[in-house]
Amino acid sequence: MNENLFASFIAPTILGLPAAVLIILFPPLLIPTSKYLINNRLTTTQQWLIKLTSKQMMTMHNTKGRTWSLMLVSLIIFIATTNLLGLLPHSFTPTTQLSMNLAMAIPLWAGTVIMGFRSKIKNALAHFLPQGTPTPLIPMLVIIETISLLIQPMALAVRLTANITAGHLLMHLIGSATLAMSTINLPSTLIIFTILILLTILEIAVALIQAYVFTLLVSLYLHDNT
Amino acid sequence: MASVVGIFSHSSVSVPVKDKKLLEVKLGELPSWILMRDFSPSGIFGAFQRGYYRYYNKYINVKKGSISGITMVLACYVLFSYSFSYKHLKHERLRKYH
Repeated sequence: MNENLFASFIAPTILGLPAAVLIILFPPLLIPTSKYLINNRLTTTQQWLIKLTSKQMMTMHNTKGRTWSLMLVSLIIFIATTNLLGLLPHSFTPTTQLSMNLAMAIPLWAGTVIMGFRSKIKNALAHFLPQGTPTPLIPMLVIIETISLLIQPMALAVRLTANITAGHLLMHLIGSATLAMSTINLPSTLIIFTILILLTILEIAVALIQAYVFTLLVSLYLHDNT
Repeated sequence: MASVVGIFSHSSVSVPVKDKKLLEVKLGELPSWILMRDFSPSGIFGAFQRGYYRYYNKYINVKKGSISGITMVLACYVLFSYSFSYKHLKHERLRKYH
């Protein structure tokens, strides 16, 4: 039972490591680009969704922050499609691997910090001390704020990993419980119902992408403007 | 499959046909036909590109494309993932001895 439960999270290999690369490269095939103004239904739907999310995300930034819009929109599209494809049966979700999420989180966070330090160094350093703290408390608070800054990329990566992995594990467990109960006890329809509800709630994995990009946005915003 | 050069997304891109299509090759000529194919990286990439646009233009890039255009791709993805995880799944069969 133990080996089976986590077996779906092993990175698939063909004769070495790289099958996971193929699976990561699969979502762009579902997002066609087009040079025409009026497109087929799939392209029109996707362009409408992208326009909606990008407008929603980018209004709170100034001109300098909006230079990041391509990066952030592609980030949200990638994480959204990868998480949604992971809901299909037997599929492998690359975002369950902590290595990939760290590889996404650390460079982006470091980019925002470095951008803030390069442009307005005094404003960037001022984040370490909130306004109106009593004087004896200052050294401890600087340490605490530094730690909270340095833990941001870790939090981003671990949040995404843990949420997606936990959702998948729960679905596995409840699914196998349903199969086991179906021969024993027929009012196991309650358990089947739990699966359905859990699946729809798990499609709020897409909301997790919102969380990812929004926290990234918030930090970018703070580093740029304040 | 006709061998083409350049980006092949629709038929009005003019391309020369290098050799016969697969269904026109006689059975005795099959080994020489396979050896004539372009197996360089750009050739393989061209083959994937042609396959992608063949599917795209038939099922998705039409005036009233339905949802089956993309659900076929997802069903193939599910089968592909199943073939990868078969090794783990075969221990879960309902048999007395595994």
